[in-house]
Amino acid sequence: MHNKSVAELSRELESGKISSVELTRQFLGRLKKEDEQLNSFITITEEQALADAHAADEQRAAGKATPWTGVPFAHKDIFCTNGVATTCGSKMLANFVPPYDATVTENFRKAGAVCLGKTNMDEFAMGSSTESSFFGATTNPWGLSQGEKRVPGGSSGGSAAAVAARLVPAATATDTGGSIRQPAALCGVTGLKPTYGRVSRYGMIAFASSLDQGGTMARTAEDNALMLNVMAGFDPKDSTSIDRDVPDYTATLNEPLEGLRIGLPKEYFTGNLSAAMEEQVRGAIREYEKLGATIKEVSLPHADLAIAAYYVIAPAEASANLSRFDGARYGYRCEDPKDLLDMYTRTRAEGFGTEVKRRILVGTYALSAGYFDAYYLKAQKVRRLIQQDFINAFKDVDVLMSPTTPSPAFIQGEKTSDPVTMYLEDVFTIAINLAGIPAMSVPAGFVDGLPVGLQIIGDYFSEARLLNAAHQFQQVTDWHQREPQ
Amino acid sequence: MQWDIVIGLEIHVQLATKTKIFSGSSTAYGAEPNTQANAVDLAMPGTLPVPNEQAFRYAVMFGLAVNAEIERRSVFERKNYFYPDLPKGYQTTQLERPIVGPGYVDIDLANGETKRVRIHHAHLEEDAGKSLHEDFHGMTGIDLNRAGTPLIEVVTEPDMTNADEAVAFAKKLHGIVTSLGICDGDMSQGSMRFDVNISLKPKGSDTLGTRTETKNLNSFRFMEQAIAHEVERQMDILEDGGAIVQETRLYNGDRDESRSMRTKEEANDYRYFPCPDLLPVEIDDAFIDEAHNSLPELPDARKVRFKEQYGLNDYDAGLLAGDSQLAAFFEAAADRGKDAKLASNWVQGEFSARLNAEEKPVADSPISGEQLGDLVVRIADNTISSAGAKKVFEALWTGENDSVDAIIDAKGLKQVSDTGELEKMVDEVLASMPDQVAQYQQESDPKKQKKMLGGFMGPLMKASKGQGNPKLFNEILVKKLGG
Repeated sequence: MHNKSVAELSRELESGKISSVELTRQFLGRLKKEDEQLNSFITITEEQALADAHAADEQRAAGKATPWTGVPFAHKDIFCTNGVATTCGSKMLANFVPPYDATVTENFRKAGAVCLGKTNMDEFAMGSSTESSFFGATTNPWGLSQGEKRVPGGSSGGSAAAVAARLVPAATATDTGGSIRQPAALCGVTGLKPTYGRVSRYGMIAFASSLDQGGTMARTAEDNALMLNVMAGFDPKDSTSIDRDVPDYTATLNEPLEGLRIGLPKEYFTGNLSAAMEEQVRGAIREYEKLGATIKEVSLPHADLAIAAYYVIAPAEASANLSRFDGARYGYRCEDPKDLLDMYTRTRAEGFGTEVKRRILVGTYALSAGYFDAYYLKAQKVRRLIQQDFINAFKDVDVLMSPTTPSPAFIQGEKTSDPVTMYLEDVFTIAINLAGIPAMSVPAGFVDGLPVGLQIIGDYFSEARLLNAAHQFQQVTDWHQREPQ
Repeated sequence: MQWDIVIGLEIHVQLATKTKIFSGSSTAYGAEPNTQANAVDLAMPGTLPVPNEQAFRYAVMFGLAVNAEIERRSVFERKNYFYPDLPKGYQTTQLERPIVGPGYVDIDLANGETKRVRIHHAHLEEDAGKSLHEDFHGMTGIDLNRAGTPLIEVVTEPDMTNADEAVAFAKKLHGIVTSLGICDGDMSQGSMRFDVNISLKPKGSDTLGTRTETKNLNSFRFMEQAIAHEVERQMDILEDGGAIVQETRLYNGDRDESRSMRTKEEANDYRYFPCPDLLPVEIDDAFIDEAHNSLPELPDARKVRFKEQYGLNDYDAGLLAGDSQLAAFFEAAADRGKDAKLASNWVQGEFSARLNAEEKPVADSPISGEQLGDLVVRIADNTISSAGAKKVFEALWTGENDSVDAIIDAKGLKQVSDTGELEKMVDEVLASMPDQVAQYQQESDPKKQKKMLGGFMGPLMKASKGQGNPKLFNEILVKKLGG
């Protein structure tokens, strides 16, 4: 059962071959055993999951099932879950139990899905390796057979590792600069970052509000479509969410790709992209040609400015977003503060990890009097140029394709001492967040036994087209079905 | 040395919306601490602000009322600083693109002239919570009921030159926002709070001096005192050859003292930047038109109407029209009483004096405009004397009875206006005071004669047990003595 997709499990449940309680028990058993190696979960909610599974079975018996009723999955521990600890991978929130659901959480609850727990992540989603979690690093299931402990990518590394290891068929994730696509690529799973505003951010703990976007992670494009069907839509509680009809993303999965115009941004096939990685990605693009797509080289002239702009804007927003963690109302508070200043400084010194502090400092600096124009305003100008690059590119092509990352999963600890090298992990993904457009990572091959991701980038609200392109590719390839040993 | 005083004001006006500016919590005053603070107000992780349209409508109404430009696209920014009553660690406010642009208000000066005070801008923002320093044994309590209450902050140009002008402007603004119904105007509850920027410069100089800001003045009286206090403080320093430190000061009205809160050097770097959780606010013509059509009568227009409709003079009309509650009270009294001048005198006299003495707003008056109108009717038709009227007013105010006529009956205040009866009393009194009568009749100066009439009034009132109509007594006396 653990190898089945959400779509398949849904059919099994519908046929009555298995109940949700049985299915949930199987997944929980496997999860508790296998996750000792991976540490992909921060919290496993066994009791709640079984209660939800029981309710789902009753729901189905009453003839009120949705495609998700009784299907197990997991939430990244950045989505608030009413009554269940929501830590964001931080000591600061290790004891935080929200009395409310994120809109995404609520939507899955309403759909009848069974949440098995909360997945591990870089602290406050700041990282590309899931090593900065207060709850310990997550290990990529790929590489374990070679006796190596490799990173699953990040920040949604827990979700990616759990899906890759078949601990859950699907998991929610978030992406601020590549946090869905990079771990999906490194773990050989399929992930989608939707258009900014497509999925509500309410109850999703903020890192950088203008870049954060909740999204999907599963093994197949079809399952990503099933997830997005539940997640997408306007939310009156998030005034940056967009009031626009939500299509049935599964309805167009089987459209032929004949005539699809694919652009290859030349700036995304250079730099530190290894020859072996490039060969895998170009191989995947040849598959698209066989499916009837046409290929064209395009240019995103400001691509090289994306990382610099991102590392001003994201920390600037984060520096304000994380001010609420002050020890006054919830979360961690230092022992015996002697006065207000002492409470603030020690709570934050002790509650936040190194990378989070680094970004708060960078962001505070960028917003300071005398530096604001040179950093923040300049970065915003660059952001508009980058956005315009994509708008121009989509005048000639339907989608863009590139590698998701310059290299496959690296060994744990390899990049922790050098933040800039770590930041370069997102060199192909970051510009997409600055532009606010949707993009996917789809398994597209292996280098040295490690998964390689193909990034498919689309115009605003083209999620259906991206899922269609990914699904058609998955009909003629089996990279997404490979299982780590 | 002679000095020019330069005063600019910043006024925080709490908007009377039912719910907060970015959450659905109630804004009602006086609830148990933290019972009107939801997850958004507490800045729980992942929560997001959702703008309250009514706050924007009120801000636009305010802008229109002060002849200002309405910005079609205004932007919320984050003002970053740490304080326990600021749950998010930043205040959501407007800086570069405020919703209300430049405008002006005309104020009436004591010398009868009108002065224009320019408004630099007004912006929307959220209020902070309150820190409670008492009752927590060395700790601080936090009440977040007020956190997120919508405010508009009105910033004037430094156009005022003395405390009278500043207070006149403040009262005018109070009248405008209460007339608009966008603020309850209750200053004792912090619904309007004034910050005063003051600087001095040598008389006639074009260069502004260094200014100080005195914060959070919550009554017109304190504002007047604080300005006087600060002007004197600055003048002393300057005349001793010292320099003014740019700083924020706190004024203690009870002690008439002020102290420095922080200097410019100690000021926070607030690191403003546009709030990424809120889209720019787009305001279209239809929204502005709708706000325009919903504007009630404002003090300036009301003053003109009071002069025309009630025949009031400029001063009375301005005073009564300036405060919407007082205006409504006056109109009720005048309409019921049928004598606007008399109603105006009573509203400005006995009624206002009583409110001031008890430090009550008009809304908390124990008597209604209609009741005062009933009283006016009985004064005008000579049923009671003005001395009797004061007794009736007192009984109304203390709640002894709420019917004017019932009080008059119960207290026996009805005047005797039967001329036959009154003439009889006059005859009797005159007969008993032959010397005074002779004296009166020998007097040639009518002014002195008039004064001498008073000598007969006492015995007459005594004879009538206080119920004789003094006006009629007077007429009869003049007729009989002069005969």
